[in-house]
Amino acid sequence: MRKLLALAAAASFVVGPVVTAHADPAADQATFQNFFKQKFPDVKFAEFSNGVYAIDADSRSQWQAIEEFPPYEAAIEDGQRMLKTPFANGKSYADCFENGGIGIVHKYPFFDTKRNEVITLPLAINECRKSHNEKPLNLNRGDITSLLAYMAFTTRGKISKVEIPNDAAKAAYESGKKYYYTRRGQLNMACAHCHVDNAGKRIRSDLLSPPIGHTTHWPVFRGQWDELGTLQRRFSGCNEQVRAKASAPESVEYRNLEYFLTYMSNGLPMNGPAFRK
Amino acid sequence: MIIKRRTFLKGTVATGALTVAVGSGFIKPGSVMAAWPEEAFTQKATADAMSKLFGSASTTESGEIDLKTPDIAENGAVVPVSVTTSLAGVQSISIFIDKNPQPLACSCELTPGVEGYVSTRIKMGETSNVIAVVKTAKGLFSTKRMVKVTIGGCGG
Amino acid sequence: MATGTIKIRAQMTGDSTEVKALFKHDMETGLRKDKTTGEKIPAMFIKEVTCEHNGKAVFVAKWNVSISKDPYLSFKFKGAAKGDTVKISWVDSKGDTDSSTAQVA
Repeated sequence: MRKLLALAAAASFVVGPVVTAHADPAADQATFQNFFKQKFPDVKFAEFSNGVYAIDADSRSQWQAIEEFPPYEAAIEDGQRMLKTPFANGKSYADCFENGGIGIVHKYPFFDTKRNEVITLPLAINECRKSHNEKPLNLNRGDITSLLAYMAFTTRGKISKVEIPNDAAKAAYESGKKYYYTRRGQLNMACAHCHVDNAGKRIRSDLLSPPIGHTTHWPVFRGQWDELGTLQRRFSGCNEQVRAKASAPESVEYRNLEYFLTYMSNGLPMNGPAFRK
Repeated sequence: MIIKRRTFLKGTVATGALTVAVGSGFIKPGSVMAAWPEEAFTQKATADAMSKLFGSASTTESGEIDLKTPDIAENGAVVPVSVTTSLAGVQSISIFIDKNPQPLACSCELTPGVEGYVSTRIKMGETSNVIAVVKTAKGLFSTKRMVKVTIGGCGG
Repeated sequence: MATGTIKIRAQMTGDSTEVKALFKHDMETGLRKDKTTGEKIPAMFIKEVTCEHNGKAVFVAKWNVSISKDPYLSFKFKGAAKGDTVKISWVDSKGDTDSSTAQVA
């Protein structure tokens, strides 16, 4: 705990329940990114999008071998077809999304200033479907991940650019940041304990990845899932690992967490979909 | 009982498909080069599998075989492995996994003009040596590497 | 007969053609138990992969259960020309088959 506080102090964050009236996300982001740049001085900034594969040669070469012919290829093709296929009412996803849904993932999640909430891409997809009388898709796995895979694929190389337009957005950002540093579950650990304190170290034989770059490469074909899954599916997995109750996908807390995390990864290139262990 | 019935039906359908496939000539009785070496594939020890496959378990260690495997497998179910050799006149490249229940994982036959290279992904049950054996007109050559298979900490 | 289970890429560099193939197949070892029935899931795996260049078999892979699910295979050969046909077929332990072709790029 003391070590975390010391690190948090060095990183200008405070652990525990704190809400400052004047958040400065840009300063937070610079401090956060500098902390990891210093921790991993040999990693080129853009490489952080590759997570553990940027910091470990042995696992990187296994990952590259898989990415030579990755298991998510068929999903990209399915997603392309889904994006183009009209709904029963003749409209399509192109009617809901900028540029027909092509090359836009780097702008998500965004803060909707009229509704005063964070909108993620999976949520936007289901809202699009609802507005055209289509059934919502499962938010963690299945068809939505194919659609996301294609949309991510068309966004590859673009730079993550999430914005915080007003005070309400800042509050959502702060809420996500607070979540990140709050202990939870039977193991009483915060996200920061593994990923800030111990990034680069091993938990049994798994390497802990630094959090900058955590949001650039979704959906992920995770070896453990043997299928594609969303970022928030991973949130629930992480919750369960510390024996905390997972939240429902697209719950307010998960969306705010995604907002905070994505903002922290701003400036990094998008590289989804991706294979991960 | 419903469960047993479903299992029984599954078995019946599978046999039916096999009969149809054989009848229509889809199954070749053996490949162009040699039949599937059942005895070799079902051996439980590497040396026995080699004997059945090659007629001998004796190989010469060779520095001209580059066996690429990870040091620590990220996922024991999907371990990328590749074998590259500069030995001349390669007839086959085979991969054995010492500690697997059936060590012989694959045997690839090469015709002239095919380069001494094969890449695939294997399952490993536990930390084990992975052995590549290259057969040429001059005999059997091999190299091996230890691959660690561990339990991760980040399930979910 | 299965369909659409093989993706192939055949790429020439200099005089060498690298063939990469990804297969959709469970490669059941016969050792796993079905979670609902408690019974062992029977072994079902690709036994043989035949790779042909312009109609002639050049590379044959004989596989066992130790090859990963949704297997991957890559090999290289000389003597092809752009536009040549590479055909890959498999047969599994149940007698099921599939094949697919690609042009050398």
